[in-house]
Amino acid sequence: MNSIAPGRSGPQPFEILRREDYSDVTYMLEVHHPMMARAAKPGQFVIVMSHANGERIPLTIADFNREKGTITLVIQAVGKSTMEMQQTLTAGSMLHGLAGPMGIPTHLSDARKVICVGGGLGVAPVYPQARAMKQKGAYVIGVLGFRNKDLVFWEDKFRAICDELLICTDDGSAGIKGMVTDGIKQAIEKHKDIEEVIAIGPPVMMKASANATRVAKIKTMVSLNPIMVDGTGMCGGCRVKVGEKVKFACVDGPDFDGHEVDFDDLMVRLRRYKEEERVATERWSETCRMSEPGLGELSKINEMAFPNRN
Amino acid sequence: MKKRTVRTIPQTRTPVQELDPTIRARNFEEVNCGYSESEALRESERCLFCPDPKCIEGCPVSINIPQFIQKIGEKNFRGAYDTITATNLLPAVCGRVCPQENQCEGVCTVGENLEPVAIGRLERFVGDLAIKNHWVNKPYIHPSLFKIGIIGSGPSGMACAADMAKAGCDVTVFEAFHQPGGVLRYGIPDFRLPNTVVDAEVEKLKDLGVKFECNTLAGRLFTIEQMIEELGFHAVFIGTGAGYPSMLNIPGDSLNGVLSANELLTRCNLMKAREFPKVDTPLPLGRHVVVVGAGNTAMDALRVSKRLGAETVTCVYRRSKTECPARAEEVHHAEQEGIEFHWLTNPIEVLDDGNGNVRAIRCIRMDLGEPDDSGRRRPVPIQGSEFELETDEVVYAIGTNANPIIGQTSKLTLNKRGYIETDSNLMTSIAGVFAGGDIVTGAATVIEAMGAGRKAARGMKAYLGIRDIGPIPTDGSLFGIALSEHNFTRVRIAE
Ligand SMILES: Cc1cc2nc3c(=O)[nH]c(=O)nc-3n(C[C@H](O)[C@H](O)[C@H](O)COP(=O)(O)OP(=O)(O)OC[C@H]3O[C@@H](n4cnc5c(N)ncnc54)[C@H](O)[C@@H]3O)c2cc1C
Ligand SMILES: Cc1cc2nc3c(=O)[nH]c(=O)nc-3n(C[C@H](O)[C@H](O)[C@H](O)COP(=O)(O)OP(=O)(O)OC[C@H]3O[C@@H](n4cnc5c(N)ncnc54)[C@H](O)[C@@H]3O)c2cc1C
Ligand code: SF4
Ligand code: SF4
Ligand code: FES
Repeated sequence: MNSIAPGRSGPQPFEILRREDYSDVTYMLEVHHPMMARAAKPGQFVIVMSHANGERIPLTIADFNREKGTITLVIQAVGKSTMEMQQTLTAGSMLHGLAGPMGIPTHLSDARKVICVGGGLGVAPVYPQARAMKQKGAYVIGVLGFRNKDLVFWEDKFRAICDELLICTDDGSAGIKGMVTDGIKQAIEKHKDIEEVIAIGPPVMMKASANATRVAKIKTMVSLNPIMVDGTGMCGGCRVKVGEKVKFACVDGPDFDGHEVDFDDLMVRLRRYKEEERVATERWSETCRMSEPGLGELSKINEMAFPNRN
Repeated sequence: MKKRTVRTIPQTRTPVQELDPTIRARNFEEVNCGYSESEALRESERCLFCPDPKCIEGCPVSINIPQFIQKIGEKNFRGAYDTITATNLLPAVCGRVCPQENQCEGVCTVGENLEPVAIGRLERFVGDLAIKNHWVNKPYIHPSLFKIGIIGSGPSGMACAADMAKAGCDVTVFEAFHQPGGVLRYGIPDFRLPNTVVDAEVEKLKDLGVKFECNTLAGRLFTIEQMIEELGFHAVFIGTGAGYPSMLNIPGDSLNGVLSANELLTRCNLMKAREFPKVDTPLPLGRHVVVVGAGNTAMDALRVSKRLGAETVTCVYRRSKTECPARAEEVHHAEQEGIEFHWLTNPIEVLDDGNGNVRAIRCIRMDLGEPDDSGRRRPVPIQGSEFELETDEVVYAIGTNANPIIGQTSKLTLNKRGYIETDSNLMTSIAGVFAGGDIVTGAATVIEAMGAGRKAARGMKAYLGIRDIGPIPTDGSLFGIALSEHNFTRVRIAE
């Protein structure tokens, strides 16, 4: 009952117990929140604020451990907030805010054979779904796409739960040379009885995956990642077009039928704050360069970013 | 005292000082400066102390208005505060944001001949004084063993929390956001209701022993059923508001630059995006902003956009000014600040610049036809009157729907439109679970939400078997003994 400890009030600190780096841009945080660990289901996400002046950013719950009372976030540093978090957060740091689990949990179908597709960062969020399908007794084929061998992560985790695993890299440095759609095609050719595809990753990748299964009419579920503010259905910023209807991804999703989603609309809307994001990132990297942080400096940055810690 | 009549009282309403429109339209300082003591005293002289005060009926929580005004006249400000807080927990808030012209002031007897007594301004004067002097009415609280969970920290949740805390319960308020206050925090901007006022009201609740747990999305982190069955709450109140914004459903809705007023206001107020890039949340900055709708939310969106530096800010509303639901004062302020109004105008399409951004909005002029169900004359389009307004940001402020999360995750009975159904005591279909405010009535007002929170608290006490001894009389005595002689009135609770 971390978040409902009696006698505490105001924003709750949420402690990071473990951090691991998978590559230059990808890192994992294991955060202590027993109640969330208990409530979390595959397909759900959280909203994180790393410090009081931070943005509310949505991140998928990539894993949860009910015994340890932790949830796992796998984050790709793409802009100001995620880069700053990569620099400042270490084991022992506190998040300023952590709310969730948000979104409708993935509806686990009764499909007997599924392909679970993860592209780049989608690899982490597709994991709990793959695991849950395996636990339901389905035959699980994993298809994971990375740019190159150095970026591959969680291969062992997936091997442990998948009946078959296909790794795809753009340059062929690991697994098949090609994109996840090539992996999907291979799997569909080999298995004629695939009942469902779950694809998570960048919008282009999900769009391509949905197109790859359209002809064969294989049900394809995707998890959308529009820009969000509250994550509680209050702002409408996360609206997406699904089958000509407007849906709010944070409360009506984030999972939708990939054959119905208007991905072009999603991609245009994701560009909304591009200019502002660029300004923020540039301004931030400048302050970093000015102080040229060595390892010792990191704690200083940490202090700057979290003035009200303790 | 000589009996006052309409002819003997000051004939004009005491004006209130306001920031100059040209200056204030560029900052977020509070517009209305509030009454000074002498101004409040003068205005208090305008109340006739009617034997049958209509104003009390006009107030959703029936504040004893003549009594508190009389106490102001006697310079017994603390007494005036006690009178107000016997029914209204948030005078500094309600005095600022109540639509008084439709409520207390709308029926004031003086208003039949002259301008009505400025009840709201007087109430705010007292509320601000209380905050400044840290007045808290901490009643003697006899601890009971009951544990109460409140979901949502808007006015309904705060009011329910306060009453249950006063009834000796262990009260925890759960809020999904990282800061409490509901619409008071994320919706209503600082120039109308400064966040410091909301902070002060939250502090008062903490003084009563209420605990706030932010970052807690009830329904998903734990369900309503789990609160009762596993987490040990004896009763629960749901005050989650009606946040889910409506979109117009016209072509171009999903273009970049089209957003809900809630998104604009949340970014600006809660996330402080106006300080971007000092804070990380970016803000949509339009040069020519069009806001669709003319309620309070629309007025806030208009005035915020102006303050963020837009060159032109235009309101588009399909009915006429007479039908507009916003408070008269807000429309007036908006006009003063240079906001343009297109009454009787309906948007039909948002136009693309070719890159997925808004270029313009196409509208059609309307005429008023026969009255509809709401009694207002129905707007009908004038054929061939289409025109384009150039704009790069379109803000929808056309109403909200019920938030779906609690409905998705519990067995509560909802009505057709997704709002929670309750009985006359505001108990839902699950025993011990109460609901009130916007999530029951649909979008309404702060004071109505607060009244609902208090009504639910009354129902909760009856359900739990806590005997409500009623508000302690504030007229000076009880059983013929002066209140100050009793030891239960304002005894401090043990720390
Ligand atoms: C339901 C959901 C789950 C997500 N899960 C993960 C996850 O597990 N791991 C992860 O690394 N990322 C995840 N994301 C995306 C993550 O939220 C964004 O990468 C992050 O907000 C970017 O913030 P920034 O300040 O670092 O980058 P910015 O500088 O703000 O933006 C960089 C890029 O990210 C996109 N972006 C910006 N804000 C958002 C946003 N709120 N949501 C989506 N994209 C955004 C922009 O279009 C831009 O291309 C998820 C998003 C959603 C909606
Ligand atoms: C911009 C704007 C301006 C307004 N101006 C005025 C005005 O001038 N005068 C007036 O009288 N009224 C005004 N109103 C209306 C008034 O603010 C509302 O009627 C009132 O706030 C409703 O109170 P509430 O307690 O029902 O809910 P809200 O104030 O909406 O609060 C609900 C709270 O519950 C939280 N919540 C929701 N779901 C969950 C969950 N699952 N778990 C935990 N927490 C949750 C939300 O985050 C929010 O903080 C305005 C409204 C808006 C939007
Ligand atoms: S609470 Fe609102 S309606 Fe009631 S007296 Fe005060 S201003 Fe008037
Ligand atoms: S109706 Fe007006 S004049 Fe009469 S008691 Fe109320 S405020 Fe005073
Ligand atoms: S993030 Fe605000 S409505 Fe979905």
